[in-house]
Amino acid sequence: MRDVKVLGSGCKRCEATQKLISDAAARLGVDVTVEKVTDYAQIAKFGILSTPGVVIDGKVVHAGGVPEVAAVEGWLKA
Amino acid sequence: MSIDTLNAPRGRDTGAPAWMWGAGVGLALVAWVLAYSQLVPFSAWLVSLLPVDPQSRLGSALAFFFYDTPKVILLLTLVVFAMGVVRSYFSPEKTRALLAGKCEGLGNVLAAGLGVLTPFCSCSAVPLFIGFVSAGVPLGVTFSFLIAAPMVNEVALGLLFALVGWPVALTYLAFGLALAIVAGWVIGRLKLEGWLQDWVKEIQVGAGLSLPQGRLSFVDRLKLGLEAVRDIVGRVWIWMIVGIAAGALIHGYVPAELMARIMGADAWWSVPAAVLVGIPMYSNAAGVIPIVEALLDKGAALGTTLAFMMSVIALSLPEMIILRKVLTLRLIAVFLAVVGGGILMVGYLFNLLFS
Repeated sequence: MRDVKVLGSGCKRCEATQKLISDAAARLGVDVTVEKVTDYAQIAKFGILSTPGVVIDGKVVHAGGVPEVAAVEGWLKA
Repeated sequence: MSIDTLNAPRGRDTGAPAWMWGAGVGLALVAWVLAYSQLVPFSAWLVSLLPVDPQSRLGSALAFFFYDTPKVILLLTLVVFAMGVVRSYFSPEKTRALLAGKCEGLGNVLAAGLGVLTPFCSCSAVPLFIGFVSAGVPLGVTFSFLIAAPMVNEVALGLLFALVGWPVALTYLAFGLALAIVAGWVIGRLKLEGWLQDWVKEIQVGAGLSLPQGRLSFVDRLKLGLEAVRDIVGRVWIWMIVGIAAGALIHGYVPAELMARIMGADAWWSVPAAVLVGIPMYSNAAGVIPIVEALLDKGAALGTTLAFMMSVIALSLPEMIILRKVLTLRLIAVFLAVVGGGILMVGYLFNLLFS
């Protein structure tokens, strides 16, 4: 079970990122929990400067914009 | 922008070879120049199709609308594309690394300049603020960045340059930067670090986080420029149409004599009034510039008009509400007072210089 967090204030890009990850996981058959983190204090603790950010198993892998599909698949497979 | 376009893979490693991108962008630029050169005959032709006397008020308003709409669309596309490419050379992370540990003064100048160039969306204002402050960027320097980013709006700058002329565009750039530098410096002098929300003060994040960033090729940067066009033009076109319609109404229906009385250089109260009216108006730069164009055209004083424009663009209620999460009300009040006071000064100064 991979633990994915999408960091962001709930803007359109964050929702798109969340959907992108859920879809990619379903396609690859990877078991994930995708959690949305909207609390600014929580987001800030991860040290990112721009949202949306993506955290996988506690590690920040992406910040500032909707990630590319290929990149998401890479994280999930790793 | 729809979710589908957001989801579409950007395809850094797929797609056409570099020479095709170069040729495509070159062709698009030629098409752009051709379209731009045909604007006046095109709008004159459109208006001549309408059953209205071109000398009438309605005719003159319609001519403004039909001339400005394609013109602003063309200009907006070019400006946003160029800025998208330029901004791909900057990132909030690089900016923070440049600003961390800088002293005030020089740091304020650098922050204001980077505020214009760093790609940054207002929904990221809070993490960015915290990230800067916790990495040791002084509060005043952080404010210079946060003030410059919306104040000197690159879309506003590009449109002003093309619609109103370079002297006004340059003065806007110079005074926007000066205001961000001075306001940030003043806030820094006031030593207001204690006025942050408590939880912000407790957060200790190292500046250590670095994400692997692949090197971008020039084609990647062109793609980022196109993406900026799709994203920004897709979001602001409605503001733009509303702004042009308002500009057209002013152009056709507001008598120049009335304009001179309420927005002329002699009406001292018009500058603060313009700032106050501008705060709750939350519009995009693309919507304000056509209004600015029409106001100036009708003889409104330059300072008053610029004060209105800066207030609409830089002082917005939604942004205050976002910043409320990290700043105490007192700090927001200081922010408003310093920036608003600066805009007032710019307004009066310009009315004095250019009347």
